[in-house]
Amino acid sequence: MELIINGEAVTIPDHIKTSAALLNFFQLEEKVVIVELNEAIVAKNAHQDTTLSAGDRIEIVHFVGGG
Amino acid sequence: MLKIGPYEFNSRLLLGTGKYPDFDIQRKAVEESGTEVLTFAVRRMNIFEANQPNFLEQLDLKKYKLLPNTAGAKTADEAVRIARLSKASGLCDMVKVEVIGCDKTLLPDPVETLKASEILLNEGFIVLPYTSDDVVLARKLQELGCHAVMPCASPIGSGQGILNPLYLKFIMEQATVPVIVDAGIGSPADAAFSMELGADGVLLNTAVSSAKDPVKMAKAMKLAVDAGRLGFEAGRIAKKDYAAASSPAEGMIFS
Repeated sequence: MELIINGEAVTIPDHIKTSAALLNFFQLEEKVVIVELNEAIVAKNAHQDTTLSAGDRIEIVHFVGGG
Repeated sequence: MLKIGPYEFNSRLLLGTGKYPDFDIQRKAVEESGTEVLTFAVRRMNIFEANQPNFLEQLDLKKYKLLPNTAGAKTADEAVRIARLSKASGLCDMVKVEVIGCDKTLLPDPVETLKASEILLNEGFIVLPYTSDDVVLARKLQELGCHAVMPCASPIGSGQGILNPLYLKFIMEQATVPVIVDAGIGSPADAAFSMELGADGVLLNTAVSSAKDPVKMAKAMKLAVDAGRLGFEAGRIAKKDYAAASSPAEGMIFS
């Protein structure tokens, strides 16, 4: 399935159907990341229940150095 | 003690985390600064390089409060979106509202800053807006319920120090919430001057991270903020036009 992740088209394996599985696929489950699905934030405890569909726009953000 | 919303800090120095030469120097600088509040930006992650080290992951989060900024936002909506993302991390509920209105000067957009602050206050954030040195704007922000106001000394990253001490003093004198001088600090003297004027705190980044020796500068800034605050509390003497001798006029051996 193709998703738009951080503004870029990314094809992910078809068995990835949830936000949790997506984080796992990119090895981000232990990282401090925040996910937005179609401009709605996915709460930390909701990744397992958040299903993804082709064409979804996903932002995966984190904290970086800044002033 | 610096009180911002429900939080109390012994240190009055807030430190940015951008532009350090490396994480090792940064970690030492943070330690030497004595800060308890660190600012961060929120950005897209490089998902294909998940193992890249991240400074936040090296921090003992029991020792520091995170103050994410909304840098990059040019509208209230963008700032609110970034702020919500930061809070969804579950690591923080403070936010530095930063809505830039001019690319060249990086001065804030006052209208959008006000709008974003109001929305975020209604959502329960602890809101610290980055603002210009406009006393009316600062008053309106504090009337909205902002937990601090953060006027700039001079443009972000310029290191020009305090360009308009009079206007900053106006803001400090009418303030009912902490005033944190944010942006433009270049040297320890600038930080001390801010505190002597009556600031409740100083937020700086480039002055430390881009110094020749960031670790030493972090310590210098800590000492400067402490010295400035003590000087403010002690109350400086009035300036006089002419000299006033420090030694007694009586008992001179020539009489």
